[in-house]
Amino acid sequence: MIDTFLIPLLKIVVVLNATLVGVTYMVLLERKVIAWAQSRLGPMRVGPYGVLQPVADAIKLMLKEDITPVKADKWVFTAAPIISMVPALIVYAVIPFGPVVTIFGHPVSLFITDINVGLLYIVSVASVGVYGIILAGYASNSKYPLLASLRASAQLISYEVAVTLTLVSVILMAGSLSMVSIVNAQYNANVWFVFVQPLAFGIFFIGSLAETNRAPFDMPEAEQELTGGFHTEYSGMRFALFFLAEYANMIVVSSVATTLFLGGWLRPFPNVAALHFLDIIPSWTWFLIKSFVFLYIFIWVRATLPRYRYDQLMRLGWKVLIPLAIVNLVVTGIIRVLLT
Amino acid sequence: MIEAIAFYFIAACILGFAVLVVSTKDTVHSVLFLVLDFLFVSALYVMLGAQFLAAIQVLVYAGGIVVLYLFVVMLVNLKRPAEAHQDPHRRSKLGFGLAGAVLAEFGVIVAYGYARPSQAIAATASIPVAGNTEQVGWLLYTSYLIPFEIASMLLLVAMIGAIVLAKREL
Repeated sequence: MIDTFLIPLLKIVVVLNATLVGVTYMVLLERKVIAWAQSRLGPMRVGPYGVLQPVADAIKLMLKEDITPVKADKWVFTAAPIISMVPALIVYAVIPFGPVVTIFGHPVSLFITDINVGLLYIVSVASVGVYGIILAGYASNSKYPLLASLRASAQLISYEVAVTLTLVSVILMAGSLSMVSIVNAQYNANVWFVFVQPLAFGIFFIGSLAETNRAPFDMPEAEQELTGGFHTEYSGMRFALFFLAEYANMIVVSSVATTLFLGGWLRPFPNVAALHFLDIIPSWTWFLIKSFVFLYIFIWVRATLPRYRYDQLMRLGWKVLIPLAIVNLVVTGIIRVLLT
Repeated sequence: MIEAIAFYFIAACILGFAVLVVSTKDTVHSVLFLVLDFLFVSALYVMLGAQFLAAIQVLVYAGGIVVLYLFVVMLVNLKRPAEAHQDPHRRSKLGFGLAGAVLAEFGVIVAYGYARPSQAIAATASIPVAGNTEQVGWLLYTSYLIPFEIASMLLLVAMIGAIVLAKREL
C-alpha cells in the first residue's frame, strides 16, 4: 500500500510543487540576471531585493480580467494553454533526480518512475506540446497570433529533427532508452557523455534553445514584428499558463541535458576514490547544480545575443544542424560497432 | 476487472472520437479529435504492454503527422461547406461496400486468431533479449528483416518523390 500508492503520490506532489515554485523563481532570476547584464538592479520593491516579486506577479495574474475575443474559437481557445502546460509537467515523471536512496530504513527512488522507453516518452510528450502553440494562434482568430504560431510550429518541427538525432547518438552510447540506465552507463564508462559526444551536446544545446523559443531564436515573440507573439490575445491566468509552460520546458530541457550529457546525479569523476569527500553532498544536489548551470546559460545567452532573422534560423536548422547531427550519428554508430 | 473496465473505457473513447472526426463540421476540430483518438490508441498499446509502440504512436502520429494535417487545414481555410455531389447515394453505396470489406477482414482475423491461438507468446519466449524496445528491435532485424527493409525502401522512394515534386529544377 505504502510502496504502490503513498510514496509515488508524495513524490508527484513534491516534484510538481517544486517545479512550479522553480518556474516562478526562474522568472525572477531571469529578470535579475538580465538587469545585472545591463547595469540595472532589476525588481527591488517587493520584499528584500525583490525576492517576493513572483508572489506579487502570481496574485496580479490571477486577479486580472479573463478575456475571450468574441470571434475566437472558444473551446480551442480555452484548451490551448492547457495543452501547452500539461506536456511540460508530465515529462517530469521519468526524470531521475537521484538514484535509489534509503530514507528511515526504507528504499526510496529519487525519480517518479523508470520506464523502459523513458527518453522516447519525453520526446513524444514534448512533440504534443506544439499543439498548444498552433491552436492558440489559430483560435485567437487574429492576424499576428496566427503568424507567430505558424512561425513557432515550423521552428519547433525543424529543430525537433536535429535534437532527436542527437538523442539517438546518446542512446547508441548508453545502449538503453531508460533515463536511469543512461546515467548508470555514464558511471560505468567513467566519463560524462558530453566529453564523448561534444558535437551532439552542441547541437542539442542550440536545438533546445530553439525548441523552447528562447533568444536568440525567440522568433514567435519578436515584438517589433508580431506584437506579443501567439499569446497576444490571452490575458490573466491563461496567459500565465503559456508563460509557465515556457519556463517549465526550459527546466525540462536542462534536466534532460543534465541526465544525458552531464552525468545526471553523479558527482564529478564518480570513480576517482580521492574525491570521495564530495559524497557528503547528496546526489540530487548535484543534479540541481548541473541543471541550474544550464538554466543560467539560457539566460546568459538571452542577455548577450541578438535575435536571428527567420530565414537564417531555418537555414541554420536544416542546412547546418541536421546534416551535422546525421554525420555525428553515423560516426558514433561506426565507432560503436568497431569497439564491440 | 479493472483491466476490463479500462479497456472498455478506452475502446469507447476511441470509437466515440473516431465518429466525431468524421461528423464534426469544423475541419480543425475534426483534426483535433483525430489527435485525441491517436492518444487513446496509444493508451491501449500501453495496456497491452507495448510501451515502445505507444511512444512511437504518440511521437509519429499524434505529434508529427497530424501537425502537418493541421497546417494544411489551417492554411487552405476550409470554412465553406463542401459542394453536394450530383448523386448523394453514390458515396453511401461505396461506403457500405468498404465497411463490408473491413468487417469481413475483421471476421477473418478473429477466425484465424481462434484457429491458431497462443502463437505470439511462443514467439516472445524465444527472444534472447529483455525489455520491450529490445524485443521489437530483435524481431525487426531477425524474423521481419525483409519486410522492414522493403518498408524503409518505400519511405526512401517517397522522400525522393517529395523532393522531385517540390523542386522541379535542381
